[in-house]
Amino acid sequence: MSFEIFFQNLLNALQWGSFYALIALGYTMVYGVLLLINFAHGDIFMVGAYIGFFFATLLMGKYAGFSTGLPPAVIFGLTVLVTMVLTAGVGVAIERIAYRPLRRKGASRLYVVITALMCGLILENGNLALLGASRRNFPELLPNTVHNIAGVTFSNVKILVIVTTILVFILLETIVRKTKLGMAMRAISYDRMAVPLMGIPVDTVIVFTFILGSSMAALAGVLFATAYPVLEPYMGALVGWKAFIAAVLGGIGEIRGAFVGGFLLGFVEIFVAALFPSTLRDLIAFSILLVFLSIKPTGIFGIARATKI
Amino acid sequence: MLEVSNLHVKYGNIEALHGISFHVDEGEMVALLGANGAGKSTTLMSIMRLPPPEGPQVTKGEIRFNGVDLLPVAAHILIVKYGVGLVPEGRHIFGNLTVFENLKLATYARKDKDQIEKDYERVFSLFPRLADRRWQRGDLLSGGEQQMLAIGRAFMSGVRFVLLDEPSMGLSPLLMLELFRVLKELNESGTTILVVEQNARIALKYAHRAYVLEAGKIVLEGAAEALADNPEIQKAYLG
Ligand SMILES: Nc1ncnc2c1ncn2[C@@H]1O[C@H](COP(=O)(O)OP(=O)(O)O)[C@@H](O)[C@H]1O
Ligand SMILES: [Mg+2]
Repeated sequence: MSFEIFFQNLLNALQWGSFYALIALGYTMVYGVLLLINFAHGDIFMVGAYIGFFFATLLMGKYAGFSTGLPPAVIFGLTVLVTMVLTAGVGVAIERIAYRPLRRKGASRLYVVITALMCGLILENGNLALLGASRRNFPELLPNTVHNIAGVTFSNVKILVIVTTILVFILLETIVRKTKLGMAMRAISYDRMAVPLMGIPVDTVIVFTFILGSSMAALAGVLFATAYPVLEPYMGALVGWKAFIAAVLGGIGEIRGAFVGGFLLGFVEIFVAALFPSTLRDLIAFSILLVFLSIKPTGIFGIARATKI
Repeated sequence: MLEVSNLHVKYGNIEALHGISFHVDEGEMVALLGANGAGKSTTLMSIMRLPPPEGPQVTKGEIRFNGVDLLPVAAHILIVKYGVGLVPEGRHIFGNLTVFENLKLATYARKDKDQIEKDYERVFSLFPRLADRRWQRGDLLSGGEQQMLAIGRAFMSGVRFVLLDEPSMGLSPLLMLELFRVLKELNESGTTILVVEQNARIALKYAHRAYVLEAGKIVLEGAAEALADNPEIQKAYLG
């Protein structure tokens, strides 16, 4: 592998790792707070990409002759923000409508996980019913330019994805370490029963967690659509599963774990694909991860939960 | 202040409390005694209204605080609005947070910044060990230190009425004494206390009044000294 090709692969690995990491966050935070594997989360990523698509095309004047005349980069910025807010609303709505009533009734976790799976299917098929099976092309808001510095080439979108993900990591770590809500999130993952005894409404912490997780999935959705502009209703399924694997690899319940697991998965996938025939990619990649998990079943940062709950 | 009347409580289909009545007046320190399984923790959990599956279900009776019906009130509201807090059995401190974070988290709903600062100082002067270990993770503390942290946390949440569930459990006799002295000090400076204990000797030494719970019923009640002299109590609990 020449240096140039290695560097391209490295960038690709970091970019895919970023997508996985941003989505894995939502899995891991919700698990930390509720011990729920929120299988609807991959589809929240899809919902984010679609909301981004409609909002961006709306601002570009694709509907009813309404046009803002804003420059594309501004539209991109607005799209990211608005999509994060709206998608967070979708995540919170699912929590309210589907998970909270079950929690109130003290339903066993299995039922809640099944409910999550069903919510995901409803989102996919709702999208299919509403918008049809045709694919949509995400508008090119940031022209994909390739830079060349000292013989290495890289595209602006890849750099944007990677840098954004690193900033998100710093932001979330700060929230979780320094704010009271963040502390409450960590506290719940350790001892759920004692949290209300601190005068903390547990539901507020749960809603906050869903807001963080869903908005990060939305961010991933818009960035993904910017890099790979084809949208279809099932786009969240495979990426979602892989992000879930990333969360488990990193140690579910750990924010650092979501990032490290995401990047690890990105690296294994890309470098396996670079060295082996592409049909063997997932087979070899997941075999490696299987071996890894059988050696360290709690994931990289995870601790055994045997003593808890 | 707290008035419990004819309280029936069940877990699933099994009744654990069969109509108990008691009261705690402002400024008092009252002990609730009884053997293992008598229903002491159930009583405190019923007052705190923890949501299922943690909490037992009240089927009949009343819990009133200064005349207000507490049954529809959620635990976190009880702390924030009514100033009633619980130090649960087994401490339940957050082992993945530092000592200081544990205390800080308890101030979640408080806005009175200046008083919070004073309260930290108070906790650290009541429990100097916590001051030494304020940057350590909670799960690295000894059992006694964890109990101090649990009490410190309740204090930081700003409550004026504390329910304590077996604070002496697992402590050496010396630590137990230290703990009850601190409780007494808190009580004398205005905190009303309802303390559940299996160790009747120490509880009766420090409390004003006590109730004895047996198999979900209150079988004895009275002033602490009178109960300490009661031959039945001496036989059953002071051996
Ligand atoms: N979560 C629970 N589910 C079912 N029964 C319980 C539960 N907790 C306590 N009990 C029963 O209720 C009774 C009172 O228990 P508890 O209040 O914990 O007693 P104490 O605190 O006095 O030791 C016991 O018979 C116990 O077995
Ligand atoms: Mg008990």
